[in-house]
Amino acid sequence: MSALKLKKGSTSHSAYNLRANFSDVIERHTLAVLVENEPGVLARVIGLFSGRGYNIDSLTVAEVDHTGHRSRITIVTSGTPQVIEQIKAQLGRIVPVHDVHDLTVEGPSVERELAMFKVSGTGDKRVEALRLADIFRASVVDSTLETFIFEITGAPEKIDAFADLMRPLGLTDVARTGVAALPRGD
Amino acid sequence: MTRKMTGAKMIVQALIDQGVDTVFGYPGGAVLPIYDEVFQQNSIKHVLVRHEQGAVHAAEGYARSTGKPGVVLVTSGPGATNAVTGLTDALLDSIPLVVLTGQVPTFMIGSDAFQEADTVGITRPCTKHNWLVKDTDKLAGVLHEAFHVATSGRPGPVLVDIPKDVQFATGQYEPKKPSVSHYQPPVKGDMTAITELVAAMETAKRPVFYTGGGVINSGPAASQLLRELVEATGFPITSTLMGLGCYPASGDKWLGMLGMHGLYEANMAMHDCDLMINIGARFDDRITGVVDLFSPKSTKAHIDIDPSSINKIIRVDIPIVGDVGHVLEDMLKVWKSRGRKTNSEAVAKWWKKINEWRSIDCLKFEQNGKVIKPQYALARLEALTKKYDRYITTEVGQHQMWAAQYLGFEDPNRWMTSGGLGTMGYGFPASIGVQMAHKDALVINVAGEASWLMNMQEMGTAMQYNLPVKQFILNNERLGMVRQWQELLHGERYSQSWSESLPDFVKLAEAFGAKGILCSDPDDLDDAIMEMITYDGPVIFDCLVEKHENCFPMIPSGKAHNDMMLAGVDTQGVIDAKGSVLV
Repeated sequence: MSALKLKKGSTSHSAYNLRANFSDVIERHTLAVLVENEPGVLARVIGLFSGRGYNIDSLTVAEVDHTGHRSRITIVTSGTPQVIEQIKAQLGRIVPVHDVHDLTVEGPSVERELAMFKVSGTGDKRVEALRLADIFRASVVDSTLETFIFEITGAPEKIDAFADLMRPLGLTDVARTGVAALPRGD
Repeated sequence: MTRKMTGAKMIVQALIDQGVDTVFGYPGGAVLPIYDEVFQQNSIKHVLVRHEQGAVHAAEGYARSTGKPGVVLVTSGPGATNAVTGLTDALLDSIPLVVLTGQVPTFMIGSDAFQEADTVGITRPCTKHNWLVKDTDKLAGVLHEAFHVATSGRPGPVLVDIPKDVQFATGQYEPKKPSVSHYQPPVKGDMTAITELVAAMETAKRPVFYTGGGVINSGPAASQLLRELVEATGFPITSTLMGLGCYPASGDKWLGMLGMHGLYEANMAMHDCDLMINIGARFDDRITGVVDLFSPKSTKAHIDIDPSSINKIIRVDIPIVGDVGHVLEDMLKVWKSRGRKTNSEAVAKWWKKINEWRSIDCLKFEQNGKVIKPQYALARLEALTKKYDRYITTEVGQHQMWAAQYLGFEDPNRWMTSGGLGTMGYGFPASIGVQMAHKDALVINVAGEASWLMNMQEMGTAMQYNLPVKQFILNNERLGMVRQWQELLHGERYSQSWSESLPDFVKLAEAFGAKGILCSDPDDLDDAIMEMITYDGPVIFDCLVEKHENCFPMIPSGKAHNDMMLAGVDTQGVIDAKGSVLV
């Protein structure tokens, strides 16, 4: 684990290793926030972002441990290194937050997102949509004579690329789950 | 030992188990069962305020002067919303409070019932944490956790919202246990960083201690350790508004308060230092001035219990997350074990430089003529009350800054002021809370007439509980600080900053059954102050002062912290357009 990890109850780590000058470069970070699944906990996290003017690029949340009542919130955010450090520290301050992991700096991680695309068209466009879906390993989960719903799973960039291809072929609706992420290995 | 009891009884029982002796509150429909239990016991004293905002500020005064959490009990809806300003004030100044609010019964929540408000929703951003308790069996556990959260780590206000049916229902009472909470903020600092700081202290040529409210919050032992460290090293020390009293104002290492209206020598020392040791302060914008120009040549160490304070505004070189008391203890230990070294020759040179700044005497003023200068009023108040067991509260504005400049504090927990939020109307109810905790002490609220009127209804509370709080009002018939900023920034167009139709404060005091004193002549001031001190009961002291006096020195907005305006300067055209945007 990186020294940037803010684990509650730890006694040996003093703040951060962030000693470089404040930089203006905007970075994109994926944070995993493990929380007590109690009423209002998501509102606390979201309220922190809106109240302090931080960005949320994507957010997913679900209970991951039903007996321990733990939820995992995966947040993709962007900001300068100083802002990212502030976000992590502010998240760590929320009482029902158990742990904050910055997957972007804690080593390699896997990010996946699920999306559904509704594409409407006939003739060549319809055939081309189906062909491209096959290349992207998207599956057809609903079909009418004029529409398909494709389901696709992958890194956000792959889903963006698929969306770009579908747009001229009659893309009418998109539903995306936002990023779920886990660190690789142990 | 668990027992069955009603939720309302549990609340009183939990307060008793937590050692609470005083509750500030105001009843209403949604807390009647709790008030019925309050009626049937003698362990806890309830103070009936006249407005819920007053209850929260009184609890803050109680908490700041005792180091114990302040407790508030108010009803649902308007009771809870009236508490919001106090909660925000306590959050920004890190004051431990436990606020209990009634709520409509669980089966009516969400129906826009009478006196229903989404209290946990409204107070989520202005509390450290809050709870809505829907099950009586969980009530006692939540209450004990509430006290734990309010007082652990960086202290702050918490709120427990309790629907009326939960108060009536019977459940298991869980006694107070050694905390099983996962919320356990670390108190010990990292020894490697502490050693790094001590090493920097050994070689520093121009060191300065920059202390804040964290020293007070850490407890009296932290102030003791700080004094030991300052005396042992001989380094100069300054403090924020919140930290006044952590080091005695009479100590010869004391530079006075720093910041926007801080002392010239304190700000200059901060700017020119080569080692800044921040102990429990947070680089607030009142301290830094323009961030890019803040103390450019120094190595900065920052001791704070809250990791989010580190690198929030100013990048620091040696961050130490921990409780001030624990870290100071370790610092002293390490410094002694390494041979008690300082760069005494260079530090002596540094003191010479500081004494040059001191010789400017930035707080000097002249009392001449027949109009009382506000600085003179406070200088006399200081001289005549210093030997008493004295606690000072303030409202917000010019009088607050003058009080910080001209009153000296020898001990922690003697100075109660709204720092972060700057809440006008704080001081009077706070003085009531302080006097409740210190029955025989001399409690003075230094006020401006405009701030004081914001919570003047609490005269009723002071009378009812026979609390001899002294309301020392510097009356300039102006919103003085607003007026000063309009002079500096808005071409002397004094828009809405006049207090017209002021009451006759002497008659107002008499209407409540208190004593009123009017003083307008500097020659009468000492006798009038003595009359106030010796009177056994609440006093409203109406001190008519110079109406257009400015508060100096001042770091004008948009300027660096070493770019200070001193008394007597031309106030026009000092602040540019960029500075005007700042508050």
